[in-house]
Amino acid sequence: MYDFAYQKPASVADAVKLLAGDAEAKLLAGGQTFIPVLKQRLNKPSAVIDLAGLKLSGISVSANSVTIGAMTTHATVARSAEVKKAIPGLAMLASWIGDNQVRHRGTIGGSLANNDPSACYPAAVLALGAVIKTNKRAIKADDFFQGMFTTALEPDEIITAVEFPLPVEKSAYEKFRQPASRYAMVGVFVAKGPAGVRVAVTGAGQNGVFRVPEMEAALAKSWSPDAIAGVKVSPEGLNSDIHGSAAYRAHLITVMAKRAVAAA
Amino acid sequence: MPTISLKVNGKAVSAEVEGRTLLVELLREKLGLTGTHIGCDTSQCGACVVHVNGDSVKSCTMLALQADGAEVTTIEGLAAADGTLHPMQAMFREHHALQCGYCTPGMVMSAIDIVQKHPEGLSEEQIREELEGNLCRCTGYHNIVKAIAAAFPLMHQKHAA
Ligand SMILES: Cc1cc2nc3c(=O)[nH]c(=O)nc-3n(C[C@H](O)[C@H](O)[C@H](O)COP(=O)(O)OP(=O)(O)OC[C@H]3O[C@@H](n4cnc5c(N)ncnc54)[C@H](O)[C@@H]3O)c2cc1C
Ligand code: FES
Ligand code: FES
Repeated sequence: MYDFAYQKPASVADAVKLLAGDAEAKLLAGGQTFIPVLKQRLNKPSAVIDLAGLKLSGISVSANSVTIGAMTTHATVARSAEVKKAIPGLAMLASWIGDNQVRHRGTIGGSLANNDPSACYPAAVLALGAVIKTNKRAIKADDFFQGMFTTALEPDEIITAVEFPLPVEKSAYEKFRQPASRYAMVGVFVAKGPAGVRVAVTGAGQNGVFRVPEMEAALAKSWSPDAIAGVKVSPEGLNSDIHGSAAYRAHLITVMAKRAVAAA
Repeated sequence: MPTISLKVNGKAVSAEVEGRTLLVELLREKLGLTGTHIGCDTSQCGACVVHVNGDSVKSCTMLALQADGAEVTTIEGLAAADGTLHPMQAMFREHHALQCGYCTPGMVMSAIDIVQKHPEGLSEEQIREELEGNLCRCTGYHNIVKAIAAAFPLMHQKHAA
């Protein structure tokens, strides 16, 4: 691991200043992706800016939204009675990320900023029509994810919170784990809420998370596994690797979506 | 080099560390607490699990600087001063939950966290699921699961008393 200067600012403004003043500086949240990357020497930052001092952790619920601070850990979301009540699928998703140790450190902000094509949270954020709040602006989920490991974030932009609109009538996540890494080989989040009926798929697409309009139309008419049983997703643009071919993943999307609809 | 102060196994310690120093390196190399193991470089095996402020974490995937001001417990901090084993250690021994022992410190630390976080009770299936982040190449997990189930009443009895 290359050495770097460690900084722990006490306000978002100070963190942005440090980030903007040094093109080689990087943000650190839970470190569950970034530290393994540093250990492999895949990144050589001059400075690492720890976001732990910014007080960005916590969950608040109002009549029309659930807001989750960027530094809130997966374990906190999974255990939250308020999240379980308002958006059960979201708590379920958080409880299946990695393992206990990863969930104790990993954060929602880090997961979204990273936008790993097999990460879980992007599916929930897109399906629920959430809004990503930063130090500069509010970005709609539809505009946020821009392909593998790519987001709408600018180099000096920090996610501060994620806002999920309420009321959510139905929500569920089903994940087929890649047998070694346990990340999503195919993960499907289904939701019916203020953003309409949405089906978002992670793990399968070469460009990261995407929606399945045919399933959404069918579920809007009738919310049942049978309504989407006949929808065939095209393998075009899906990942193919030693764990499964694109055709296998395409098939799994319908299987996982049916299970999610049944669970919601 | 920055200096950090933290509590390790109940004792206040301070140490000079680099930005890149991992918590596991601080524990093993600076503090001589070699019970915490390193079994991989991909954050997947769990041999390095310790408790930080009451939560199990992989000490290979945390900077020492992130533990500044924290309370850390390692496998060395479990037994009583007179050598009496923690109930989880005792049950690992009783149920033959280890063979080579390499994964054991991390297993025990994870297992204690699992039992503490589920006072309502744990099914065998849940124990297996909660052990997701700990790999063992020897035992086949069976006896580890038995040991954790056996430690459950002992740990919660102690808490109730
Ligand atoms: C063994 C293992 C299994 C895992 N399994 C899964 C899984 O099943 N599903 C899943 O979804 N994930 C999984 N993960 C990843 C985990 O969820 C990470 O916690 C997450 O991807 C990154 O969050 P973090 O808080 O750890 O971020 P970090 O690793 O600290 O940061 C990741 C990146 O995001 C940037 N960043 C962090 N916070 C912000 C912010 N607020 N604003 C702007 N940029 C920011 C950082 O600069 C960095 O580039 C796994 C990880 C491990 C080690
Ligand atoms: S050494 Fe393998 S997870 Fe930490
Ligand atoms: S006892 Fe050998 S790895 Fe678990």
